[in-house]
Amino acid sequence: MATVSANSATVAHAAEHDHHEPQSFWRTYIFSEDHKTIAKQYLISGIIWSIIGISLSVMFRLQLGFPNMKLDFLRPILGSWINETGKLDPDFYLALVTMHGTIMVFFVLTAGLSGTFSNFLIPLQVGARDMASGFLNMLSYWFFFLASMIMLGSLFIETGPASGGWVIYPPLSALPQAHKGSELGMTLWLISMALFIVSQLLGGINYITTVINLRTRGMSFSKLPLTIWAFFLTAVLGLISFPVLLSAALLLIFDRSFGTSFYLSEIYIKGEALPNVGGSPILFQHLFWFLGHPEVYIVLLPALGMTSEIIATNSRKPIFGYRAMIASMMGIAFLAFIVWAHHMFVTGMNPFLGSIFMFLTLIIAVPSAVKAFNYITTLWRGNIRFTPAMLFSIGLVSFFISGGLTGLILGNSALDIQLHDTYFVVAHFHLVMGAASAFGLLAGVYHWFPKMFGRMMNEKLGYVHFWLTFIGIYLVFFPMHYVGIAGFPRRYYAFTSYDFTKNIFADMNAFISLAAIFTFTAQWVFIYNFVHSLIKGRKATQNPWKSNTLEWTTPINPGHGNWPGEIPAVYRWPYDYSKPGAKDDFIPQNVPYSQTPESNLPHENELIGLEKEIEAQNLNDQFKQPH
Amino acid sequence: MAATVTHDTLTTDSDQVFDKKTWMGGVEPMKVSYGKLMMWFFLISDTFTFSALLVTYGLIRYSYPAWDPAVFGEVFKFSNLYWPSPEHVYNSVPFLHGVNLPLIFVGIMTFILIFSSVTMVLAVEAGHRMDQADVEKYMLWTILGGIAFLGSQAWEWSHFIHGTETGTTINELVNGQTIQRTIFGANLVENQYGPPAFADLFFFITGFHGTHVFSGVVLNVLIFYRAATGLYARRGHYEMVEKVGLYWHFVDLVWVFVFTFFYLV
Repeated sequence: MATVSANSATVAHAAEHDHHEPQSFWRTYIFSEDHKTIAKQYLISGIIWSIIGISLSVMFRLQLGFPNMKLDFLRPILGSWINETGKLDPDFYLALVTMHGTIMVFFVLTAGLSGTFSNFLIPLQVGARDMASGFLNMLSYWFFFLASMIMLGSLFIETGPASGGWVIYPPLSALPQAHKGSELGMTLWLISMALFIVSQLLGGINYITTVINLRTRGMSFSKLPLTIWAFFLTAVLGLISFPVLLSAALLLIFDRSFGTSFYLSEIYIKGEALPNVGGSPILFQHLFWFLGHPEVYIVLLPALGMTSEIIATNSRKPIFGYRAMIASMMGIAFLAFIVWAHHMFVTGMNPFLGSIFMFLTLIIAVPSAVKAFNYITTLWRGNIRFTPAMLFSIGLVSFFISGGLTGLILGNSALDIQLHDTYFVVAHFHLVMGAASAFGLLAGVYHWFPKMFGRMMNEKLGYVHFWLTFIGIYLVFFPMHYVGIAGFPRRYYAFTSYDFTKNIFADMNAFISLAAIFTFTAQWVFIYNFVHSLIKGRKATQNPWKSNTLEWTTPINPGHGNWPGEIPAVYRWPYDYSKPGAKDDFIPQNVPYSQTPESNLPHENELIGLEKEIEAQNLNDQFKQPH
Repeated sequence: MAATVTHDTLTTDSDQVFDKKTWMGGVEPMKVSYGKLMMWFFLISDTFTFSALLVTYGLIRYSYPAWDPAVFGEVFKFSNLYWPSPEHVYNSVPFLHGVNLPLIFVGIMTFILIFSSVTMVLAVEAGHRMDQADVEKYMLWTILGGIAFLGSQAWEWSHFIHGTETGTTINELVNGQTIQRTIFGANLVENQYGPPAFADLFFFITGFHGTHVFSGVVLNVLIFYRAATGLYARRGHYEMVEKVGLYWHFVDLVWVFVFTFFYLV
């Protein structure tokens, strides 16, 4: 009965759809509620932000690599931040470091990565018409946009942007008189981040709700592609950790502007005692890192999820250990919340507490290693196709391993005391979360570009881009470990004033800077490829990678509602590649077992009986609901 | 858009009734619409916002000693050396000037807020019955309860800000000299009742909660208006009342914690 009435509703709705007015330019491209358009908005914003963010890093690398260099040529961009002698202003150096971190972590690798691909892939891969709430989704992007504009604006004010590091530790950030970068720039940082958190929250509840409520018939959680599992867990992490940053930021705003003492106690500044008593700067660090640590997994998990998908597709093999992959992602997501204090081994925490956090931190190596081995065993004896996306995914696994190994070193509190706040830490997290996630993002763009824009990206340029970037990143960050072990602290403007740094590693620092400029330059190959393919790329076919997931069953340029007719039902997991007996080396998720008797395993034959029931259970199609 | 379809249940070998298809996709597995699910997830998120603030409270609170008669004297007096006992700070009731009524007023406030949760439940229940008049009636009571709570909080704040008649004399070190000064009431910088941090936390956390109550009242007014104009009757369900109700109960629940921390321990 239910099915019959639902079907008549479809017919009615289909008729109604013919009468939908074409939407105006503003509703189609600007304030769009379509998840695909919002995803593209996030992608373009993310690309623009990454150009800005990486440029900032090149600027401070010039200072670090070539401390005596005349930087007058940057004056058209930086104005009086280049002083009369042609040197970078030391205050602005700190601002550059801070904004590079903030932009890359939040605006590129959180919004640009998860915003793009969660939005794009969740409805397409679970088989939904759109996100649960298109309106909140649109709001999410525009809150992000507003946050972006404020953060961007803060780069251009007279006192400069925030410069207390992306972690904005008080008391430096809480006292506007402490530093130029703690004045208006810091206020704008906090406002921008508060808006950013709202955006994340709106996005996150939408992602979670869509995955729970809008999976198509047959798409049980045990048939979800690993991408969706990753996006789902990422959204849960964000949902729980970002509000804590919101609280921390609000308390900091009160300390800065209204005279409270949540983070301040017994401080002298410029020879004058402040009246604040009772607060604790360590408290801020606890609150910050309760977000800050899950944040690195918010950045990394989506990249790992997409890598799972791309590696399985291009190895033409089922992912090795599907359930182990899910379990390890859950393990990582859970552990993410109970390891935050490993960022605080040297900030005056009880050493006993330190050893507990050390223990918990090192446990993360287990699920991480499970993932790394599963990627490698998926590749093992696979029928590998080296598409650019595949190369970037393999590159991700490489960075994940080489960066992860140093994580074991830093996770030990005894070793961390030696290496804390040196370039060793910088090298570690840039490899394991920065470069790895960026490779996930790039792999995702290369892989899903045909679905996003209906055209293929140029493969040759993709290969060039991959090799230049892959080599470049190792050239930047591998030597940086040595600089760190030698004791060079991070965030220092120059190393020319200390005996132990004056005469050593100047050449190494210059080399790193050259490698950074090289890597940055290589990214223009990608930008060119992206723009050129957007306009003149080869037209894509419906399923160019011969992939199993549902997004490739949509038309080449999916319209409103993604599938023109019924949403396909799902009968199998997404990794039936090279199944013995099958005529093709892939069987999409929407192919029922009854059509593939030649390749079914015994237990799969038993599932044929369920197919009728699955097909009948078509009760959450958004087009059949009143809207 | 709740899927209002009953599912066939499959009986498994162990005679346990279990709907195999609940999580198979194509349905809303928890039989909850997306909007209500989103409200739940928002509330989980907001729980963490408040938890962070209450953790802050706990950490700062326990960095100060409590009042100990053996150390600080038999008679309790306000001092910034130790955390004050709440029954000495919150002991006033409007129109009963000079009468020592510890925690009576905040008790009344709490009662009002919890009572408004009861009327909210009744409004939701009336919505299930599609009884527009009852929804309107109980929503109105809920709104009144919310406004009464906010009004009481305004009085409580203003009393806290103005302080006692005698004030508290504190010793201050100014330019190397100890100076005695009497302060009245509390603000974000100084506090006659105890350490300034006590007032900072009181204003911030009750203020943050009050902001939540205020947004709750605004939402309630909106829902009342839409119910009164018959929008939900035309729509065929009063689910919006339920969603806002969830938020309202959450705000009440948070108050129970805030109340416990500030007034009871």
